[in-house]
This record gives sequence, C-alpha cells and structure tokens, in this order.
Amino acid sequence: MANILHIVVCAGIVSDPLQTLEPVTGPAGPGLKNEMVLPAVLDPWAACALYEAAALASKNPGSKLWLVSLGPKAKLQQVMMTVAQKVPFELVPIDGPIGGFPDAHSTAAVLAETIAVLPGLDKTKLLLFGGWESDTRGASVTLQLVGERLGISDQFQGVDEISLRDDGSFEVLERVEGGKHQVSVCAGTPAVLGWATGNLAEPRNNPQVGMANMRTIMPALAKAKAAKIEPNGLSYVSVSLPKQQRDTRVVKDLSADQIAAELVEWIGA
Amino acid sequence: MESILVLTHADESGSALSKASLEAVTAGKELAVRLSVPLTIGIIAVDAVATASSLASTGARLIAVSGEAFAQARYASDVVAAEALCRAAKATIVLAPGTSRFTRVAAGVAHRLGGFIDTHITALGGTQTVEATRWFYRQRVEAVISRSTRPWFLLLDAGTHAAFAGENQPVQIEQVTVTLPALRTTVSGFRTPQQGQQTIRPDAKMLFVAGAGWTKKQPDGEVHAAEAGELILGFLHATGASLGSSKSLVDQGGEGESVLPFLTHMNQIGQTGSTPRHAKGLSTCCHGEEPHVVGWRFIGDRRAISLDPNCGWTRGKADVVYVADAFPVMAKVNALLEAKKK
Repeated sequence: MANILHIVVCAGIVSDPLQTLEPVTGPAGPGLKNEMVLPAVLDPWAACALYEAAALASKNPGSKLWLVSLGPKAKLQQVMMTVAQKVPFELVPIDGPIGGFPDAHSTAAVLAETIAVLPGLDKTKLLLFGGWESDTRGASVTLQLVGERLGISDQFQGVDEISLRDDGSFEVLERVEGGKHQVSVCAGTPAVLGWATGNLAEPRNNPQVGMANMRTIMPALAKAKAAKIEPNGLSYVSVSLPKQQRDTRVVKDLSADQIAAELVEWIGA
Repeated sequence: MESILVLTHADESGSALSKASLEAVTAGKELAVRLSVPLTIGIIAVDAVATASSLASTGARLIAVSGEAFAQARYASDVVAAEALCRAAKATIVLAPGTSRFTRVAAGVAHRLGGFIDTHITALGGTQTVEATRWFYRQRVEAVISRSTRPWFLLLDAGTHAAFAGENQPVQIEQVTVTLPALRTTVSGFRTPQQGQQTIRPDAKMLFVAGAGWTKKQPDGEVHAAEAGELILGFLHATGASLGSSKSLVDQGGEGESVLPFLTHMNQIGQTGSTPRHAKGLSTCCHGEEPHVVGWRFIGDRRAISLDPNCGWTRGKADVVYVADAFPVMAKVNALLEAKKK
C-alpha cells in the first residue's frame, strides 16, 4: 500500500568542486574570490537527497516534492537549468547569500519559516530531506535546526537508505563510525533525514521533465523573497588557504621490484 | 566568567567512554586550565558510574543521565539527555566529540538552549577569548572563528586531541533525571555493508586509496577487476590498512562498469566522501584533482603510484610519487609483506 508523503528537500548551491577556491575578506566578511562568477552546482549530498526523494515520491502516488533552496536568484536560475531536467519537483527559492561563511542558525531559521507556510504542506506527512553536510560550510547542523524549529524529534543523519513499510513506518540506515550503518525503525512521518550518498545514481537529463519544471521554476524565481542572514555573534579571526606545500619526490626510473621494496620499508610492516 | 561542560557518551560496549569522548575531555581540561574556569563533564550512558572511573583524576564535576533508554543513539532521547546535562551544568561553552551520536543531536540541543553551535573543530585557541579552528569548503579553506553569544557548542573532530587516560578510581557522579517523550524510533542494531569484509578501519595507521584506474583496461586491452580486487584485499589483509576510494571508482557500479565488489560509498574519500586521519596514506591509480586531494588533508605521510607523471599529486600534494603501473608493484609489495610475515 502506498503512503502519501510530503517531501521537502533543502538544498543549497555551491561552487563547482573542480574550481580553485581563494578566500577574500570584504566589508560583509569572508567570501570567495569571484564567487558570483564561479560555476555553481547543487550541493552534492543534497542532490543525493533530491534524487532519493524523487524516487520515493514516484513509488508513492499522490506524494509531493518541494525543493527549497537559498541562494542568489541569478545563481539559482543557472543551477536549475540543469537540476530541473533530473526529477520533477516544485522549487521554493529564497534569495540570499551563497557560500559557507554565513551563519547556519540564521539560514535554518529562514528555511524553517519558509517551510512552515508552504501552501498545501501537511506536516503530519512531512519528510524533511537534505544533505547531512553541505560542501560549503560542512557543518551538519542546518537541517537539524530546521527540524527542531518545525518541532520534529525523529531525526537521522548520514542516511544511505530509507525503506517505507505499508503501515507508514520506515527503516533508516545511518552511517556511524567504523564503516557501519545504524539501523533504526521510525513509527512514521514527520521525520528529518540528512542524506549521505544514498544508493541512487544521478538521473539522466530528461528534457520533458525539465520543461515541466521550468514552467513553475521561472515564476517562483521571479517571486523569490529576499532573506537577511544575521551573524549571531559569529566572527572570523582569519580565513586562509592551507599553507602546507609538499616537496614531492617524483620517482620515474625504478622497477616494480625496487618500488615495492621501498614501499614495504616505508610501510614498516 | 565562562563555565565549561564536556559532553561524553559510552562506547559500544557501554562500559567505557568512547575514545572520541576522552579526546574531548582532554580538550576541556586544557581549555579550563587556560581560562582558569571550572570544568564539568556530562555523561550519557546506561550506567554512567561504570564508564566514569577513569575521570576521577580530572578534578571535574561529574554529572550524568543514565538508563536503558540511553543504550541507543537516538535523537529523541539523546537530545533530552544532553539538554538536561547542559542546564544542570549552566555551561557557557559546551565541548563534545564529533561522533555520529553527538553530531546527530548537538545542534538540536543548542537550539533548545537558545545557543549556537560550530562543528568540525580541529583546534581551540585564543588568549582572552575562545577561538576555534575549522575547515570550510570540504577542507579547502581554513578559518579561525569566535562567537560572542552563549552558550556556544563546539563539536571536536576525532583525532585532534590525545585521549584522556586516568587511573580507574571511585568517582562521585550527580545523576540528572530526565523525562523522555514518547519514543517513536527504535534502534535495532548495526549493519556492515561489506559482506563479511570490513575494510573501513578508522584506527588503522595507514589509508590505502584505490582509484578508478584499477578497473580500466590494462596494457593487454582487458579489464582485470578480479585481479585488482585480490591485490587490494591482499594488501589490506597484510597491513591492516583502511580502504578509501575515489568517487569515480565507487560510481562505476551504478554505471554498469566493472566494479570491486567490496567497495561502497562508505569507502569514498574526498569532496563527497570522508576526510580520514591516518599517519600514512598510499594512493593507487588515482588522479589528483583538487576534490580528491581534499580526502588527504589529514593524512601525514603520503605516497602515490600513478602512471601519469603530470598527475596532481606531483604538484606538492604527495611526498613521493612513483610513476609506475600499480598492478605489478602491488603484487610485489604483497609478496614481500607475506615473505616478511613467514
């Protein structure tokens, strides 16, 4: 028997991981050099959450999927041109700053306020999804704080799998230390799931899905509300690139035997 | 004046504090001494007395939430326990280990107390105030932060402090009582993804990283995934190393290409994986793009085997790069390691 789910995925946008990042400090605090012109992508772990959410929604007819994303409108539009072709969703954009340096508590407050008043959202059916960490701040706290603000006390982080049962309960696999998963069973929605990689591959681009999504994405972006992110007493003493540069020895002319002998000595086994 | 609380929890045995908790105790002691302020240690465990005997010599006030409900790491119960400990301690600074258990709940606790949290802290400094070092952008940018607001929760990365080691002595513990809400989540146990082959070993001295080159066509035009698997597992068996992988190698399973059956996303290191801490690291068949290098940020002594002399590893990231085919090299390494054992 299918369960009707209302899945809200919180996903930020981040500079493409292949770009070189250089921190700079401006009047508003630290940021990245040329951050607004660096190509951006959907936050990788949050993207996993989106794909898992879409798969779950498609298996449970009548379910709805919202993608709540906070970032500069122009960058959101750029990223959505690609993301919209992956899976069907309704975008809820919030116009705000990009990057890892704004305070997570303020970000969570804005996200929670937005989700709380989503038209048509039934909180008793809510699964709040997101990445367990972002690629920018990497704090592992934003989703948890949103859940607290929405009054949800069943929370899971580092999730790789959810298995929904006919009675509405579900089993969750969470990453814990030592390469293991903790197995939990939750009685049902609402719940918060911060996803690790999950088990799904990135969906192929589907232009038809893209066109359907873009019909609602463009008007939503036009109406996106601006959010102010307060620092909450957070200040940056310094922001820098790691200085450690290794003096690499490149070994080109040794045989496999010689390399193996050198490695075994180095390993010290 | 600041007041410091270190939150700790029992390990899987339930009879001792987790290693990461003892590392947080060291950090708390150091900070309390530096600021000349009192230290409280809070314990969440089934039986706190059994876990706390090694803490006697800390001189700290010990408080605990105990009971069967706390045998399981679960948000709804842990958040209540940690909140109660923080309220009992009246702490302005709360240190906790960045374990999966506390990472799951610490932000919620901070919110319930009207406080703020920063995670993945690798160092604590400052003279008049508390300053914390952490990384941003997946270990690509390092920052030192401070907060004027309290209470301030700081989750410490594992391996950044020595684990506190004290003699076992009788201790006085103040038990803090809590009222749990109706619990809707039950923890049923643990599952190891690898079928009988645990390859992730956080406490290993060495990290061995397998890249996508292992399952690419070799000079004979064929893929030798089975041989690659044997060589890798043979090395792990001989050295006790932990196995990491590049994203591209793990992803091949979903793309219908040859795979190493013992690899999962849990092995992944780098931009979308873990950033483990090991004394030594050996990378094989990897390319050295920046997102991959991220996974090596906290590896001490780094060596790599790569066919590409212009690989990113040759640009100041590794200590030694061997320009060679990893297949024959690792076969010889395994043979030498086996011979040494005999």
